[in-house]
Amino acid sequence: MSADARRLRPVDVVIVGGGWAGSIMAKEMTEAGRSVVMLERGADRSTAADGAYPASLDELEANFRYRLFQDLSKNTVTIRNNSQQTALPYRRMSAFLPGEGVGGAGLHWSGVHFRMPPDDLRLRSRVIEKYGRRFIPEGMNLQDYGVTYEELEPFFDKAEKVFGTSGEAYMVDGKVVGNGNVFSPSRSDTFPLPALKDVYTAHLFRKAAAEVGFHPYSLPAANASRQYVNPYGVQMGPCNFCGYCSGYACYMYSKASPNVNILPVLRRHPLFELRPRCHVLRVEKDADGRRATGVTYIDAQGQVFTQPAELVILTAFQFHNVRLMLLSGIGRPYDPVHNEGVVGRNFVYQNVTTSTVWLDPKVETNQYIGAGGGGVAFDDFNSENFDHGPLGFVGGSPVWVNQAGVRAIAAANAGGPPGTPRWGSAWKAGMIDTYRHSLRIDAHGANMAYRDVYLDLDPTWKDAYGQPLLRMTFDWKDNDIRMNRYVVDRIGDVAKAMGARRTHLVRREFGVPFDTRQYQTTHLGGGAVMGEDPQTSALNRYLQSWDVHNVFVIGANAFPQGTGYNPTGMVAALAYWAAHHIRTTYLAQPGPLAG
Amino acid sequence: MSWMRLPVAGMIAFLALGIAAARADDDVRERGAYVARTADCEACHTVPGQAPFAGGLEFHLPTGTLYAPNITPDARTGIGRYSEAEFIRAVRQGIRRDGATLYPAMPYPSYARMTDEDLHALYVYFMQGVKPVSHAVVQDGMTWPFSMRWPLAVWRWLFAPNPRDALQQSGARTFPDPLVARGSYLVEGPGHCGACHTPRAVTMQEKALTAVDGTLYLSGGGPVDGWRPVSLRGDNRTGLGRWNEQDIVRFLATGRMPLGAAFGGMTDAIAHGTQHMTPQDQLAIARYLKTLSPLTPMAEGWTYDPTAADALRGGDVSARGARLYVDNCAACHRTDGRAYPTTFPPLAGNPVVMDPTPDSLIRIVLAGNTLRATRQTPSAFVMPGFAARMNDQAVADTVTFIRAAWGNNAPPVSPSDVAAVRRTTTGGAAPASLPLN
Repeated sequence: MSADARRLRPVDVVIVGGGWAGSIMAKEMTEAGRSVVMLERGADRSTAADGAYPASLDELEANFRYRLFQDLSKNTVTIRNNSQQTALPYRRMSAFLPGEGVGGAGLHWSGVHFRMPPDDLRLRSRVIEKYGRRFIPEGMNLQDYGVTYEELEPFFDKAEKVFGTSGEAYMVDGKVVGNGNVFSPSRSDTFPLPALKDVYTAHLFRKAAAEVGFHPYSLPAANASRQYVNPYGVQMGPCNFCGYCSGYACYMYSKASPNVNILPVLRRHPLFELRPRCHVLRVEKDADGRRATGVTYIDAQGQVFTQPAELVILTAFQFHNVRLMLLSGIGRPYDPVHNEGVVGRNFVYQNVTTSTVWLDPKVETNQYIGAGGGGVAFDDFNSENFDHGPLGFVGGSPVWVNQAGVRAIAAANAGGPPGTPRWGSAWKAGMIDTYRHSLRIDAHGANMAYRDVYLDLDPTWKDAYGQPLLRMTFDWKDNDIRMNRYVVDRIGDVAKAMGARRTHLVRREFGVPFDTRQYQTTHLGGGAVMGEDPQTSALNRYLQSWDVHNVFVIGANAFPQGTGYNPTGMVAALAYWAAHHIRTTYLAQPGPLAG
Repeated sequence: MSWMRLPVAGMIAFLALGIAAARADDDVRERGAYVARTADCEACHTVPGQAPFAGGLEFHLPTGTLYAPNITPDARTGIGRYSEAEFIRAVRQGIRRDGATLYPAMPYPSYARMTDEDLHALYVYFMQGVKPVSHAVVQDGMTWPFSMRWPLAVWRWLFAPNPRDALQQSGARTFPDPLVARGSYLVEGPGHCGACHTPRAVTMQEKALTAVDGTLYLSGGGPVDGWRPVSLRGDNRTGLGRWNEQDIVRFLATGRMPLGAAFGGMTDAIAHGTQHMTPQDQLAIARYLKTLSPLTPMAEGWTYDPTAADALRGGDVSARGARLYVDNCAACHRTDGRAYPTTFPPLAGNPVVMDPTPDSLIRIVLAGNTLRATRQTPSAFVMPGFAARMNDQAVADTVTFIRAAWGNNAPPVSPSDVAAVRRTTTGGAAPASLPLN
């Protein structure tokens, strides 16, 4: 324990981070009769204040001044493209937007809510089965999760019911039940709510994609298509497609968030205590380093406390979990030179490019309407749904129209088609044309894990508390660029079928490095991955540290490589999966759950 | 049996008796705690966030400010020195231990008909189950002549029922079933619903104290903290005529049901009182309320009129307040006024909206409202206040639209009506007290 820290009364479980994973774990642990303290770095949040109608619908505050996002002046990451460069701090929000405050990224997210494809969960095995071991490119650390879809299915189902997810099932108990995604695996139940209605652009996309021969389906959305009461008894209002999801607290209470869907029940539980504005500095361990004894944190007044606990659960954002493990000496840090060690290994991103299609000027695309999780997708080129053999790349990409609502500043920033001036009447005309008559189609691709893409502690830069920043070493690789280019060509096919007046296909270009200045996605992953081999994973298949058995680490950090899907549904299912095994096995007999 | 066993057996018997007695005490205390819920003692005698029953809550009346006394068993500042007889006299007759008369903000005219059994349990609960808190409540700030207590004794003598008579009369009444009898007891007695929901005379007594006193009973009260308590009688438009028993039960348990949501003082009554009642007692209240005939039986019933919704759907916002309604209200309450109950309450056919007195509706628009979490419904929902965003004219136009549309057909509202309500509105809830979901 730190000598200068005030030691608090011990609790059974301390949880670091008040987002989806933390709230789920806290709910599960209180249900198991354990006392829980949840520490959250940011402020507490209230829909009534953060989602006050109509004042909170302020695009400048929300999307450009990042009201609900991390304070980068206190803590950020450093970034470089390769290990020959010197990393510099990420000082302004741009490429990705980590959240802060109670609810975490689960408050500001959009709400696309997927289950991980079965093939993605055992991607290494699947690729070797289908194409042979030599198909895996040199330097790619392709891995399995160590858990199957069948094992996770009950927890995907539970998460959807808690979130009030809207969608259309394809197959339940092996029988086709609806017009859902034909590539999606069988489910134990339908979605708790019917799919959101298609906005007009999604409707046009659905029609065109089917004409081309693809298999469109409604995106599963944690935006309630109707009023809903979840298994915890909390209520959600229905989504009205106002278009203010991502970056906002939903004033309709219709976007699932820990704040709306779990915390109202948790906050009333006598075994639960939430401490906002508490920044965790490290996990404390006993003398031989095999067991965690609690965490040390600093509060808003700058006082340092040690919170002793029997069980430490890290549920911060993906890279904060990795950093806490590195700062606390939990698991062996990754060494990219020898491809050894596990903490920081297999850091991945998501491989997203957005193309724009202009329709006939008589067609109004009404882009101001939208729901963050709504839209239409096809999965014909995602996961292992297609033959990669002749294509020569690993990974895939769903394609979708996910019209989340284009707001005024975003529309102005988007401007007109390529070549339009950035000012004057031509700009104005181009912008209006784009806003009124275009739609956008994403290739939302997976990013594979590579030996020389990783996370470690920066040797130079420190945070407001004097601790080293996390360093990201990241760049795009040819395998992923080839995948993106192939899938974007398919978008071209759909655009043609839509009768596009003009199409601007955006492909990733070979040799163009990762550019932090442009927003891409906040779907970061890996760095402390789960698996069945302690040589290649920091966590066992129950999200438990291989080295310190009373530390569990829940988040997208556990993904061994990237996925084409949005991560939250998988994170929530992993939380319920880990909680299930903690409750049924670990609490009775604390120790390693996998040998 | 050896001689050794006898005293042991005796001891066991003695212990068992002791345990049984203790359990009986527990039962009485628990019953008393329940009676305190049905009488909603906590709502008035507790400042939110402070010790239960320690008093100090302010009541702003036209005649001055009243402070609820400390009713914890603290000997110096509370009711610790009250004998059971003195306690019962205070509750039923409004007479303090020192003989002074309580202001009738304490609903002793209703409590007069509470049973001996309930009051005994209530006494045991307050003496043994409530933590004594030393908290001297400030002197009442009533203006003269209302600062004098002696006229209150005259008032009491004139208007408060004699408890013996009240009990006798209620005992003599016949009810269609025992549930209605229980409901009548709860509503007219401990529940003191009439204190807010029955109109008062200029001399401040309720114009009717029970259902047998006539159709003014529970026909809607004068303003309480600026809110206008609605009629609980069977009136179709402005009462509970279109609520069924289960609607009422849901409302008492959760503050939300398909035709409306709680606001104003009822929020406290639900939070401290009705949500904690047994489902059987909630049903009893519902069944009893449904026996109350409408005050104006010949009034035309409400039927939905789609004209306003059709106009808005067609983009026609020419009606007074229509544009303001679409811009500020329709996101949750929808252009058809049906909203999304039980998350967001409907405005079409809502008795509060059609009430002859528009004060509650105006106040909700200005100050907003918080639908609090309850035991059965952990979600709280907050409507923002529009006081800072809309001037009196805009609020009047919006409220007029709401009152006219969807078959509501209630009279328009003027900016001066709004100004009057705005003067006594303190704005929305402070951020610290907002629910955290």
